[in-house]
Amino acid sequence: MSECCAPPAYEPPVNPPPPGELSAVVLIGPPNSGKSTLFNRLTGLRQKVANYPGVTVEQHMGLMAGVGREDLTLIDLPGIYSLSPFSEDARVSIDVLRGKMPGTPKPDAVLLVLDSLHLTRQLMLAAPVLAVGLPTLILLNMTDLMESRGGHIDPLKLARELGAPVAQISAVHGTGLEAVPLFLNQHTQRTVAQPLTLPVIGNAASTHTWAAQVSRRTGYRAPLSQENSRRIDNLLLHRIWGPLLFLAVVIGVFEVVFSVGQPLSDGFGDILARMGSLVRPFLPAGWIQSLLLDGAWKGISSVLVFLPQILLLFLFIGILEDSGYLARAALIADRVMRTIGLNGKAFIPLLSAYACAVPAIMATRTIENKRDRFATILVTPFMTCSARLPVYMLLIAAFIPNIVWLHGFIGLRTVVMLSLYLAGFVGAMTTAWLLKSSILKSSDAPFILELPQYRMPTVRSLALRLIDRAKVFLRQAGTVILCVTLALWVMAHLPVIHTSTVAAPELADSVIGRLGHFIEPAIAPLGFNWKIGIGLLSSVLAREVMVSTMGTLYGADPETQAMHLQTALHHDMTLGGALALMIFFAFAMQCTSTMAVVRRETNSWKWPALQFAYMLVLAYAAAFVVNHIAMAIFG
Amino acid sequence: MSVLSELNVGETGVLIALDLPESVQNHLMHMGFVPDALVTALRRAPAGDPTVYGVDGMEIALRHETAGAIRVRSTDTESPENTEIPDFLEAAR
Repeated sequence: MSECCAPPAYEPPVNPPPPGELSAVVLIGPPNSGKSTLFNRLTGLRQKVANYPGVTVEQHMGLMAGVGREDLTLIDLPGIYSLSPFSEDARVSIDVLRGKMPGTPKPDAVLLVLDSLHLTRQLMLAAPVLAVGLPTLILLNMTDLMESRGGHIDPLKLARELGAPVAQISAVHGTGLEAVPLFLNQHTQRTVAQPLTLPVIGNAASTHTWAAQVSRRTGYRAPLSQENSRRIDNLLLHRIWGPLLFLAVVIGVFEVVFSVGQPLSDGFGDILARMGSLVRPFLPAGWIQSLLLDGAWKGISSVLVFLPQILLLFLFIGILEDSGYLARAALIADRVMRTIGLNGKAFIPLLSAYACAVPAIMATRTIENKRDRFATILVTPFMTCSARLPVYMLLIAAFIPNIVWLHGFIGLRTVVMLSLYLAGFVGAMTTAWLLKSSILKSSDAPFILELPQYRMPTVRSLALRLIDRAKVFLRQAGTVILCVTLALWVMAHLPVIHTSTVAAPELADSVIGRLGHFIEPAIAPLGFNWKIGIGLLSSVLAREVMVSTMGTLYGADPETQAMHLQTALHHDMTLGGALALMIFFAFAMQCTSTMAVVRRETNSWKWPALQFAYMLVLAYAAAFVVNHIAMAIFG
Repeated sequence: MSVLSELNVGETGVLIALDLPESVQNHLMHMGFVPDALVTALRRAPAGDPTVYGVDGMEIALRHETAGAIRVRSTDTESPENTEIPDFLEAAR
C-alpha cells in the first residue's frame, strides 16, 4: 500500500470527552506485535519507567494523551506469549490484570494487541486474556501490511467469535486508533467480554487448537511468507558473507563509539567545564563555591561526559534491534558464546560494554533466561570501558618507553594497551565460564530465538528509545553519583582546622588522607603509596576520577607542584607499581554507576556486592603478581 | 519416527511431541511447536548450529540439543489440512 492512499493518522479530538468511570487501562500483547510502538502512540511522551516491586520486570505507565484521554492511565505489560506462570514477565502480567500488583492501579479495561501477520499463533494469548473477564478491545496491528501481502481477515466475524470488539490498526502509521477512545467511552458501564468458546486455560496444545479453529472459522488467510526477509537472510546468514558482515558490524560499533563518540564526549566535557566557570563568579568564594563546583559539579560532569557516547551506542543498537538484525547477530554469535556457557543474546551487551558497562547491563534485558542474564551482567564490567582509557593513557605515557618495531608499525605502548584490553576480555570469559559451571548453572534453559522480519526502523521509535535511556542515565547521575561526590568532597575537607582563620586541612591530614595512610600497608605490596591509595578510594566513584585525583594530589605537594603529572608520578612509583596499577584497573570494579545499575537490574544488593568483592580480590592478586614479577625482572 | 534435528535443510516434518521440561514445552508450544504442526528446517547458522525452523509462518532458531528432543514424523502419512483441527472438537460444535 502506498503512503498517499493510507488513511490519515489519528488526530485526537480537540475537546476530550468527560471522564467516565474508567481510570486505568492495560495494554497487553505478544513480543513483536508492535505493542511498544502503540504504547508510544497512545501516550505520546508522557510516560514513566520504573521496576515492579520485587522483580526485575520494567513497568511502563503513561497517560493516554495520544488519544485525548489524559484522565486515563495506560499500563504497558511486558511482551508475553501466554499467561502461564512460567516466566517472571507472565507472573507480573497476571498480577497486574487481576489488580493484585502493589503500586499499580487495578485495570478497568484491556487493550489486546495482536500481529495480524501471524494471527493464529497470536490468538493463543487472546484466550487467557479474555478469560480474565475485563472489558477488552482487540487491536489487530499491521493489517495494512497483511493485506498488501495477500492476507485476509474478517474483523466482524472475529469479534463475534471472541465476544469482544475488534479494530484494525497500524501502530506505525497511527491509523485506526479512533477505535480506542470509542471503546473507552462505550465501556464505562463495564460490559464484560463473552467469547463463544474458550479452551482449557493453561494447556498450550488445546489453546492452539482453539486459536486455529477461531482463525479458520473467521476466514483468516495468512499473508505470503516473508520472501524479502528470506532473501536478505540468504546474504546476512550466508556461510561466508554472514560472519564477515557480522564482523563489519562489530567493527562499525567500535568505530562509532571511538572515532565519532570520543570527540563528542570531549566537546561535551568542555561545555560542562565552561558552564561551571561561567557560574563561578556568581557564587560566594569559599566553601560553598568549592562544594558546588569542585565537588558536585565536577563529579557529575565526569559522568555526564559519557552521555553522548552512550546515546550514540544506543542509537546504533536501536537501529540494529528495530531492523531485526540483532536477532541474526545473536544467531551467528551463539556458537562462540556457547563455549563459555552463555548464549548468543549475550553478545551485544558485551560488545556495548567496551563503551560503558551501564548501558550494556541495561541491554541484557533481551536475555530471557535469568541465570544467563545475571552471568552476563556479572562479567560485563570486565570489558575495557572508555573510563579506563584516561588512566591507561596516563600511566602508559609516564612509564612505558616509546619503542617502535617494524618501521613504526607496532609500538610497545600499543602492545601494552592491547594487552590490557585482552586481560579484561579473558577476565570476562573466564568468569563467565566459572559462574556458568557453579552458582549460575542452568541446564533446562534452551536457546529459543525468534527471527523477526526485517523492518525499517522509524525515527520516532529510535528517538523515544534514546530519550528513555537518557532519562535513566541522568536520574542515576543526579542521585547516586551526586551523593558520593559530595561525600568525597566533605572527606577531603574535614576536619576543619581552627587556627587564625577557618581553613581546610592539608590533604594528608584530611579524613580521606588519613584513610589513604590507613590502607597504605594493605596496598604497599602492590607497589602503591598512600597517594595512589587515595586515588583508588576516590576512583571507586568512577575510574576516570583517578586522573583528576592524582592531578590534585601532586599539585598540592610543593615538591612536585611544578612538574608534569607524568614526571610527578615517577617520584613515588616504580615501573612495577605502574604496571600493577594498570592491571588493577583492568580487573577492579571501580564504578558506582555500574554497581547501582546492577543493583537495579538484579533487584538485590547481593549481586553487586559479590561482583565488587570478586573483582577486588582478582585485581589485588593480579596486581600483586605483576608488581613482584616486574620487581624481579627490572629490579 | 525421528527428531527435528535430523531434518535436512528444506525438509518438513509433522510434530509429534516435545520431550522437554514443562516450562520449555509451554514456551515452544506458544511459538507454534504444537502437536501436528508442520515444521520446516529453513537454514543453518553459519557455524552449522543453531538451525532456523519455520513454523506457523514464523522463523525460530533452536540449538541442536533442543531440536533433538522434539519428535517428528514425515509429512506423507496425513495431509496437514486434516491434522489442523481434531475431529472431536469439530463435532463438539
